[in-house]
Amino acid sequence: MKNPQLNSNGELTHLLSIEGLPKSIIEHILTTADAFASVGDREVKKVPLLRGKSVFNLFFENSTRTRTTFEIAAKRLSADVINLNINASSTSKGESLLDTVDNLAAMQADMFVVRHAQSGAPYLIAEHLIRTNAQHIHVVNAGDGRHAHPTQGLLDMYTIRHYKKDFTGLTVAIVGDILHSRVARSDIHALTTLGCPEVRVIGPRTLLPSHVEQMGVKVFHDMAEGLKGVDVVIMLRLQNERMNGALLPSAQEFFKSYGLTPEKLAHAKPDAIVMHPGPMNRGVEIDSAVADGKQAVILPQVTFGIAVRMAVMSIVAGN
Amino acid sequence: MTTLPDAESLCAALLEQLRPAVQANTVMIGVHTGGAWIAEKLHAGLGLKSPLGMLDISFYRDDFGRVGLNPQVKKSTIPFDIEDAAIILVDDVLYTGRTVRAAMNELFDYGRPSRIDLGVLVDRGGRELPVAARFIGAKVDLRDNQSLNLARDGGGRLSFSLVEKT
Repeated sequence: MKNPQLNSNGELTHLLSIEGLPKSIIEHILTTADAFASVGDREVKKVPLLRGKSVFNLFFENSTRTRTTFEIAAKRLSADVINLNINASSTSKGESLLDTVDNLAAMQADMFVVRHAQSGAPYLIAEHLIRTNAQHIHVVNAGDGRHAHPTQGLLDMYTIRHYKKDFTGLTVAIVGDILHSRVARSDIHALTTLGCPEVRVIGPRTLLPSHVEQMGVKVFHDMAEGLKGVDVVIMLRLQNERMNGALLPSAQEFFKSYGLTPEKLAHAKPDAIVMHPGPMNRGVEIDSAVADGKQAVILPQVTFGIAVRMAVMSIVAGN
Repeated sequence: MTTLPDAESLCAALLEQLRPAVQANTVMIGVHTGGAWIAEKLHAGLGLKSPLGMLDISFYRDDFGRVGLNPQVKKSTIPFDIEDAAIILVDDVLYTGRTVRAAMNELFDYGRPSRIDLGVLVDRGGRELPVAARFIGAKVDLRDNQSLNLARDGGGRLSFSLVEKT
């Protein structure tokens, strides 16, 4: 099956999911992000690559961090950025997703950065653009439902590579609400593609997808066991807004078993790093002593996210 | 062109041209990749006190819209303040002048230098922009379909090879 993210030369023209991306493309994005990271240290934090291009941030679902870092990234590439908070506008008036897209294409958009609560929405948009002869417009997935959050996955890989240099000897644990997490899916695909030999998921049975082992991960239900000897701990946010019914007794109960405290973190390697995609629920999935501690790299993740998004946008825009 | 220019002796010639031009505020910046190799030699030969800067001009190229992003972008590192510095910009081959244009645009995003001089190993003519080098190892005539490629071997020796497009 043709990968809709790649053009006929096998180059990245949309970023929809890490699943199915060859290792070479992921590494190319990380290396390019490295070059963009140094632009952030300069007096003038802008390069002229996307001058005259219009990037539309289409956020059908709320987000502050992701939308803001995409906006900063696009502006540092000299693009014009238009932010649309669609919850509050057209859809509530009854316009369909693809009609919204057609209208924005008619406004001479060059790139859509899409976040949507429905898995697959960015695919639908990319395929629609091809069908309507608007394939010059690039689509970047900024999170779709439970499916994928590829730029978060890539910035997580950038962060791990920054601190640990190499993936081939690492053990990485992803902890918490795996079931609802598009970040977990993107991270697992990226880690396995980059050659990370052991990826673990840790969480209660109710928050782990059935057959998650088929993604090539080891499953743990106990923190002490799962964190033993790991190099990287990726904590996930407990996604209250996506939970229907009683998957958990209470947030307090969850913290007791799966909240990352200094005591639980002590099972990991002494130089293990702690990551979190944000926003954090302190006292639910992570203890403040860890979130603000020496091993946390949660704020550097945010900074790296800008460089990674600059890399993604400039690579797709050039293909 | 009958014989290939010898990169090492051109480097030595360039170094002698540069010597009298060094001032108290002189800094050196090489353009990736060939220019950076040459700049390393010149920088050491001149004994400049400020560290060597490196520029990858990929983010400033004027052909991004046609060819996309360079698949091997490196980091630009300018480990000194560019404000009021006298920059010697070093590249391997001066041709259309587009690389130098891009390099100057990037440099001005770091600050306002007092001056920029260009030093190149080879000037092959064919300018498409009003760009000139102050320090030139040699002038060489090449056909449009020919290009000079600089390589560095394991021992750090530089050499040119001629590539012909058919």
